[in-house]
This record gives sequence, C-alpha cells and structure tokens, in this order.
Amino acid sequence: MVEQIIVGTLVTGGVYALLAVGFSLIFGNARVINLAHTGFFMLAAYSLYYFIRKLGLAAAPAIVITLPAVTLVGILVYRFLINPIREHHAAVLLMTVAIALVFQESMVGAFSSKYWSIPSLIPGFTDILGVSVLNQNLLVLGVVVVVIVTVWLILSRTKLGIALRATAQDAEVATLMGISVPRTLMITMGIATFLATVAAVVVAPIWTIHPTMWTPPLVMVMVVVVLGGLGSIKGAIIGAFIIALVEVSVAILLPEYAYLKVVFAILAMIIVLIVRPGGLFGVIFEEERL
Amino acid sequence: MQRRLLKDFRFSVLPVPGRIIAIVFFVALFIIPLIDDSKYSLFVFTTSNLLVIFAVSWDLLSGYSGQVNFGHALFFGVSAYTVALLHKYFGLQPWATVPIGTLVATGVGVVTCFPALRLRGPYLSLLTMSFPLVLLGLVMAFKDWTGGEFGIPGIPPIAGSHVTEYYICLIVMTVSVLVMWKLTDAGSKFVRTGLIFHAIREDEIAARASGINTINYKILAFIIGGFFCGLAGALYAHVLGTVSISYLSMTMSFRAIIYVVFGGIVSIYGPVVGVYGLQTLLTFAGQAGQNFLGQNLILIMAILVVLVLLFMPEGVAVWIRDKIERECPRCKLTNAAWRKECRACSAPLH
Repeated sequence: MVEQIIVGTLVTGGVYALLAVGFSLIFGNARVINLAHTGFFMLAAYSLYYFIRKLGLAAAPAIVITLPAVTLVGILVYRFLINPIREHHAAVLLMTVAIALVFQESMVGAFSSKYWSIPSLIPGFTDILGVSVLNQNLLVLGVVVVVIVTVWLILSRTKLGIALRATAQDAEVATLMGISVPRTLMITMGIATFLATVAAVVVAPIWTIHPTMWTPPLVMVMVVVVLGGLGSIKGAIIGAFIIALVEVSVAILLPEYAYLKVVFAILAMIIVLIVRPGGLFGVIFEEERL
Repeated sequence: MQRRLLKDFRFSVLPVPGRIIAIVFFVALFIIPLIDDSKYSLFVFTTSNLLVIFAVSWDLLSGYSGQVNFGHALFFGVSAYTVALLHKYFGLQPWATVPIGTLVATGVGVVTCFPALRLRGPYLSLLTMSFPLVLLGLVMAFKDWTGGEFGIPGIPPIAGSHVTEYYICLIVMTVSVLVMWKLTDAGSKFVRTGLIFHAIREDEIAARASGINTINYKILAFIIGGFFCGLAGALYAHVLGTVSISYLSMTMSFRAIIYVVFGGIVSIYGPVVGVYGLQTLLTFAGQAGQNFLGQNLILIMAILVVLVLLFMPEGVAVWIRDKIERECPRCKLTNAAWRKECRACSAPLH
C-alpha cells in the first residue's frame, strides 16, 4: 500500500512537475496565464500517435520529429497570436482558451473523438520494494529528473538563464541592461512548450489519447502552481509532488470515491492559500498590483 | 411625465446611433414570436436570452469589480442542480424552485467570496476556477442522488406553451440587464455602486484611502453576480428540462468569458452582442448540425474568437461603437461619428 503510494506519487508528480514548471516559467516571465499549455501536451501525444500508428514509424524517429515540431508550434503561436495583444490581459486569457479549443476541435476533426493508445517505449515490469512497476513509469521518472535538472542548470548557470530570470524580475530594467525582452519571452515559450512535449512523449503510452485529454492535467497544473506560488520553479516542483501525493492516496485508499481526487487536491490548495495567500514560494509583484 | 420621457427620447436617444440600435434590438426581440413561432427557433432565442444574463453577470463581477472569476459556472450549476433536486425529491413547481435556486446561488456567492477576498489577480482566478470542479467531483461521487454523468432529467417547463416561456425569459432578461446596467453605471445619480466598482478596479488602495470599504463592495459584487447567474441557471434548467454535469464544467465557465470578451469587457452591452453574435447567429447558420458549419461549430467559434481578439482586442461591440460614435472633446457628450460638430456645444469634433 505505502509502496504503491510512493511509486505512484513519484510518477504522477514527475509529470505534473514537468507541466507545472513550463506553466510557471511562462507566467513568471510574460505574465501570461497560458491555458493552452496542456493543449500542446495533447498535440504532442496526437503527433506521436500519428507517426507511430498511422505512418508506422518506430518510436525514436517519431519522438525526434515531435519534439521540435510541437515546440515550433508553441513559438509560432506565441509570436503571432499572443504577443500582439499582450497588453490586454483578459484578451490574452481568452486567446489561450480559444487556441486550446482550436487544438481540441482540430484533433476531433482529424482523428475523431475516439480513445487511442500507443505502445510503451520500454515494455515490461520491474520489481521494486515488492511492487511491480511498469518500465515505462521508471522511464518517466528518469526523464523527469534529467529534464528538470537541465532546466535548473540552464536557469542558474547560463547567460540565457540570467536573461530569463532578469526578465521575470523586471522587464524594463532587463531591457535597459541590453536584454531583448521579446526574444527572451519567445525562448521562454519555447522552453515551456518543450517541457510539455517531453511530458507527453513519456506519458502518452500510459494515458489514453483523446481530444479532451488536456483538461484534467490543466486543472491539476493550475492547482499545483497556485499551491507552489505562481512564477516559482521550486514551488511548482514541490507543489506537484504534494498534489500527486494527495491524488494518488485518494485513488488508492478510497477507490470508490476516485472522483473526489480533484476535490481533495483543491482542498489542499485552499488550505495552503488561506495560510499563505501567495502560495508556498510565491513571487509577489508588489508594484504591479496584480 | 410623458412629455419628459418623449423629450428624453428625442434629445438623448435619437442622436446617438448606439442607443437606437439597442432599442431596435429589444423591440425586435419582443416581436420575434409574431414572425416565427416555430419551437426550434424560439428555443434557441430563449436559451440565448438566459446565456445573456449569465454572461452579463460575469461582466459585472469580473469586468466591473475586477475580480476575474474563472468559475462562474459554479453559480449556474448550483442553481440548476438545486432546481432539479427540489423537483425530484420534493415535487416543487417552477414558481417555488426558481426563487429557491436563485437564493441558494446567491448564498454560494457569499460563501465563495470569503476565501476569495484574501486573494487577488491570478490567484483569485485560479482559485475560483477550482470551485465548480469541487462540486463536479461531489456530483460524480454521490451518483445515487445526483444521477452522476447522466444528470437529472424530467424537469417541467416554466409555462405550458413555448411562446409564454419565451416571453417570460425575455422579460427576465430585459429587467436583469437593465438592473445590472444601472448598478454599474458610473455616471448614475441614484446608485453609487458603479462608481465604486470602477474605483476598486482601477486602484483598490486609492479607493480604500478615499474611505470606501472595499471588502463590502467586493462581497456585494459576488452577491449580485451570484444572484443573476443563479436566476439564469434556474430558468435554464427548466427550459432544457434536464441538468447535467456540463453545467458545472470548465467549458461552461469559459463560455461566459468567451461571450464577454468577444463582445467587449466592462460594457454591459458587450456580452449581449457576444451571445447573439457567437451563439445565436452561429447556431442558426449551423442549421442544427446539417451543414459543415454546424458540425464544426466549436472550431469555427474558436477561430472567430482568435481573429476578433487579434484585430479588435477591445471586443466587437466596443469596436463598432467607436466607429459610429464620438465623444465631444469639450463637453464629453456622445455624438454620431458622422457629425462635423457637437450637437450641444457645437465644438468641432475632428
């Protein structure tokens, strides 16, 4: 029981962390609540499905095509649809919803609203602590750790990372220091979409692929970033594992009330917010009076 | 009295094109059953009218008082489910269920605003978004009472004939929109709420420094928003005859935002234009799924929204208003855009 919860938390939390870090990055830098974030996740899953099942490619080339293609879609969407209206907050919000709906409906048009699946990248089980774990789940964990550490290193060690963090702190001063803010924001969007795509690549074989697969993780990602504090990477990662722990415990301990897992996750968020209105590691934008 | 109304009509309605359009629109709505009383088209108009109340109440709560609510479906769904449960377990009729449903939604508005008052900006939006999902989880968890994903069917209609039903909903819609318009009118001499909402949205700290108890007014915005949204939800449940989990879904919350931002946020007429432009027109153009448009309704709606946002980010209604009306630079009176000089102070308009 306990082992199941631990393994489940690590896997689910890893996926949420990948999605939440991207969501948090784009919010922290561009102040855009990107509701289409998990839309890219869905797009990547469908792209994998198309290449593997329809065209019969092997997994490796499908992934190699999917990663840059979806990232490019993300950058183009940001450049041509979100960037021109960034001053109108309500409009940006609605734009991201509309983009997600366009993705969803195009997928319904292209692949119908049936449920699809793709084969695991590494089939089989491994016994850990007496729990048989899907090898695919281990892969998820490995990829999550590698990707998050890489993002962390980029943000803290490289010149690009300094530019990203400077833009997040104060876009005007960053411009004065010679950082091209529009370009930085586009790179941020690229990184965020790339993270969503990676998440899709590793979990698409475990989850079913269907046109509304973007809403449940979107809700969880929102809960995670609000709990962890909007714009904070550390908060997003820790929040992801807290929410995953709640969700997996409810699913395992109260299987007949599995529908309540969202309720409990949200309750956890509300409790944190009542104690700390800025989330666990919230970045407070005092002068902006958000 | 009559002469004063006539004078008002002649001097402050006739010279302003936007107001003429609004009056023509409402008169047209009242005579529609005389032209076309087929059940299908009246049904589309009735539901559109209720969605107008839903969207306008979101505009009042989120546009005017600045508390962007992502979970407006909460009030709608709570009220609709109250109506359905009251009918199913107590056999109550519409004259009792609609007021009770509305009151319950108002009460929910009061309860939700307490955790919401501590938060602001994106935190508030994301928190409110989660409330309807909590309720959705509860509905799914207690399937035996709430019907789970199949919902509760068999709710009686408000009135015997669909023409009566249309007129009831139309009158409720007209009165609600008028009341909300007056409540948010910053230039009103009788109610101060419009001015105060405006002040809170622009700068909450400055409003508090001017002696306004901003907390009370934020609660008031939730109460008004919850009340009208609940009214719409209760009537909607009766008109459709069934409630389902789609009333509480995220899509429902987003629909309010889509209509309002499409039409023009912080303008009561914007949501009306949004609902009639996106919902009603597209539904009729789609011919109930008979042609290409009808089968891809959501896709086309989403693409339309994207295009509108790119080229007129203030919303369609505001964009049109700016084209046909111009404010006098000297006396701030609204003029038709084709006039050369102001109609009151004859200052040049260009």
